[in-house]
Amino acid sequence: MTRFIWPLALFLALVGFLAVGLNLNPREVPSPLIDKPAPAFALPVLHAPDQKLSQSDLKGQVWLLNVWASWCVSCRQEHPLLVELAKTGVVPIYGLNYKDERAAGMQWLSEHGDPYTASIMDADGRIGIEYGVYGVPETFLIDKQGVIRHKHIGPITREALEKELLPMVRELNAS
Amino acid sequence: MLRKFVMGLAMALASLMVHAGEAVPAADDPVLEERVNELGHLLRCLVCQNQTIADSHAELAIDLKNEIREMMVAGKTNQEIIDFMVARYGDFVLYKPQVKSSTWLLWFGPGILLLVGLGALFYKLKRRTRELGAPQLTEEQHRQALELLGQTQGGERK
Repeated sequence: MTRFIWPLALFLALVGFLAVGLNLNPREVPSPLIDKPAPAFALPVLHAPDQKLSQSDLKGQVWLLNVWASWCVSCRQEHPLLVELAKTGVVPIYGLNYKDERAAGMQWLSEHGDPYTASIMDADGRIGIEYGVYGVPETFLIDKQGVIRHKHIGPITREALEKELLPMVRELNAS
Repeated sequence: MLRKFVMGLAMALASLMVHAGEAVPAADDPVLEERVNELGHLLRCLVCQNQTIADSHAELAIDLKNEIREMMVAGKTNQEIIDFMVARYGDFVLYKPQVKSSTWLLWFGPGILLLVGLGALFYKLKRRTRELGAPQLTEEQHRQALELLGQTQGGERK
């Protein structure tokens, strides 16, 4: 009897590994920047390009940095959720307008709504490289000390917002 | 003759214009380009994942190649550039994974599996030859066998 149990057990173990592997998302590469200070930037503001915004201006509050672009199709998917989140006022959202043109970006925001406290322009994608951005949209959660605490790759879903992001925001705001 | 000259001039101008359209002066320094390309083969393009940034034409790969080129011009060593990429994109950016405690299973797992398989095979074969080589017969079966074989070695055997 045992001679049948062993191959069966091995087979089931293999099926188990494959099942787990199938459910992992290879696009979600863990960021080495978690728990590291948010890389520095000083970039012109989309709606007021003569003003610059830097990450140190945002210290003392918990905030989201959402990487978006007018050419990014899946940004449209998460955008209504961001607009909704901005209305609740739970956490300020700052936009990193990645490798975009100013006019196109502004046009896009006036069409789809502007959830951002401010958007900054990363026209050549340099700051994107600093943040390890490889697939727009991406969203970083940054704490009061300016440390990255979480990164969401791809469009934010309602589930990710309610089960991951918002509980973390509440926790960080409380601390 | 004149027509040929004008044509030639036009083509030369056209080629200049084409060249001016390129974002990066790629052919300026073949040695540098070779270095960029060589290093690009060690780094993974995170957009296409199974391509190196040297092979990929994704926009991010092009940006990263430009970044590498600029860092090289600034006198950075290959290791410094690799560290720069790993600090931003993680170990996954290395096309050939490093050998360290978290990747031991990846590197040595197949070897261990092979050894386990070979061990199981030898164990099985050994048990099989033992079973086949020395069949355990009872006294009665032994006698029957001898009878069937027509040999009566009774005196010697018992």
